[in-house]
Amino acid sequence: MSTPVAPALSFAECRRGFWRLLPLSLFVAAFGAAFGLAAVQAGLQPVEIVVMSATVFAGTAQFAALDLWGAQVPLVPLLVTTLAINARMLLMGATLYPWLALVPPRRRYASLITLSDANWAMALNDLQSGRNTLGALVGGGLAIWLTWLAGTLAGMVFGGLIADPRAFGVDMVLGCFMLSMALAGRRTLRTVAAWVAGGVAAWAALRWLPANTHVVAGGLAGGLVGALWLEREP
Amino acid sequence: MIATTGAGALLIIACMALVTLLVRFGGVFIMGLIPLNRRVEGFINGMAGSVLVAVLVPIALQADTAGRLALLATAVMMFWLRKPMPAIALGIAVAALYRAV
Repeated sequence: MSTPVAPALSFAECRRGFWRLLPLSLFVAAFGAAFGLAAVQAGLQPVEIVVMSATVFAGTAQFAALDLWGAQVPLVPLLVTTLAINARMLLMGATLYPWLALVPPRRRYASLITLSDANWAMALNDLQSGRNTLGALVGGGLAIWLTWLAGTLAGMVFGGLIADPRAFGVDMVLGCFMLSMALAGRRTLRTVAAWVAGGVAAWAALRWLPANTHVVAGGLAGGLVGALWLEREP
Repeated sequence: MIATTGAGALLIIACMALVTLLVRFGGVFIMGLIPLNRRVEGFINGMAGSVLVAVLVPIALQADTAGRLALLATAVMMFWLRKPMPAIALGIAVAALYRAV
């Protein structure tokens, strides 16, 4: 799987990644609008809401922060919650390592600044299917960041005036996208076994483990299957 | 406890942003410390697909009938055409139509 050539990170590749992910970013805008509205209602100042969406750029963790928000905020529990919810990004980053290791350190880490679910999935799919480019990660990440920010602003300004995104099926964009990325990849008995282990572990974590641990649980379970069941020596 | 008056709120947000950035960098950083052998590559490969599935599990569990039909339509299109964009578009359309009817 490791390629000797560093993946491309040209302006043209990033621009292509940007336009590929922009239509999918519709759901990010809807999610951002919901966050903007909820943040106003939680009592955050407009500047604080915009700064949070721009710098934290992690929807679920931001919503969790609103739950803890008040005149006083318990900093350590908030940071532990942020860490727990975003821990899945550790696994996502790790899966890109075989390719990112070939990129000089500064570019390697800079290309991870906008890492999130959708651009990770598309970039990984590209790299695994032999399209040796980080365009989806960087350009697509920028598309998601911009729509997240635009959505947040729209939610702050227009609030409840925005039509219910569910009526247009927008709430299912991420699910359909993730499913298509899973099915687009190369399937072997090994990968399917890792999926099943990951799915069962995620389901069990949803039932019995603390909230937001399911992605890490599923990822580690699938990883174990991959580590124990090796492909035959070439 | 930190008061959210004045710069307090921005300080809290800056801490959140820092933690999130460290997590974004952390996976690649940690992998850099581990020698890459066949077992580790197998682990990464197994993790890649199962993270996708793990993200999907709660979405599928919590979805209404329209949402589940959307996922089904996406899956069918992926097996048929193997092209993500039409598959996703059909999935969204199915959810929207089902809810409209």
